[in-house]
Amino acid sequence: MKQALKEAFPLTLPIMAGYVFLGISFGLLATSQSISALLTVIMSLFIYSGATQFTAVNLLIASFDPIGSFLLAVMVSARHIFYGITMLPIYSQLSGWKKNYAIFALTDETFSLNVATAVPKNVNKNWFYFLTSFLNQSYWVIGTMIGVFLEKIIVFNIEGIEFILVAMFVAIFTEQWLSAEDHKPALLGLGGSLLMLVVFGSTHFMIPAMLFIIISLLIIEPKIRGEESV
Amino acid sequence: MSDTQQWLTVLLIGIATILTRFIIFWIFPPTKRPPAFIEYLGKVLPAAAIALILVYSLKDIDLTSFPFALPEAISILAIVLIQKWRRNTLLSVVSGTITYMFLIQAVF
Repeated sequence: MKQALKEAFPLTLPIMAGYVFLGISFGLLATSQSISALLTVIMSLFIYSGATQFTAVNLLIASFDPIGSFLLAVMVSARHIFYGITMLPIYSQLSGWKKNYAIFALTDETFSLNVATAVPKNVNKNWFYFLTSFLNQSYWVIGTMIGVFLEKIIVFNIEGIEFILVAMFVAIFTEQWLSAEDHKPALLGLGGSLLMLVVFGSTHFMIPAMLFIIISLLIIEPKIRGEESV
Repeated sequence: MSDTQQWLTVLLIGIATILTRFIIFWIFPPTKRPPAFIEYLGKVLPAAAIALILVYSLKDIDLTSFPFALPEAISILAIVLIQKWRRNTLLSVVSGTITYMFLIQAVF
């Protein structure tokens, strides 16, 4: 476990900055909309998804709509299915509660960290993936708590720090590009997402983009297509 | 919305989120070898998925009014170049974010 912690912790540092800041923003926003402090923190523990939780704030201050809320949450979270397919070969090797927790805590950022990292042979994979997931959720929950308990924290002007999450995706994308021989998946992902963003707009493009990417990836691999049609 | 209704809504949203995270693992348990196309997708999806999240994280940028996403464009260019130069993700992320904060606080 120690070896896994040594490997995992430095990798989570950029996420720490992003999650603590976003968590503070979420805590401040939710409590400012008179959602109780307890429920706000529970959302970060139990839902643990930035996009969904910010959406949930709007749902909680509107009139009670259980079915609509559930469906909207499924839509906002649908991208997790996509991450699940990607992590399937790796997470299927894990076992026990650590595996279940790692699946529960597979956020955008934890996913991007995990797919970009090759776990060294001497490190226990169960512990490694548990720790990246757990450390990241800790930052998120701690940030939420800070946001809930403090009205304002102005040490210096932190405007723009949320860009750290974009920065992380750009750096990971660049690193994958530099180490990949085949750039078709990256180009399809980028082109397909942008195309669907233009066509469907920023609130509805995720699901069409995922479908477009999966279908076009299957089309460019003739062997797979052949096996499918048998 | 009453307190009970708020708690119920959070419970439902939590279940919906958990469902989207677990469903693939329930469909393909480790004892069952996933079909070839799933294994193939597992290999090619990471690069495509990162591109999708990247677009998702930038989806609400305003291109139609000043400063026309210039802070974002400059910072992203800096991150790509620094990553290409040093291949150090943490360095690229930190310097890119500082560039962005400087640009929106002091320049634009």
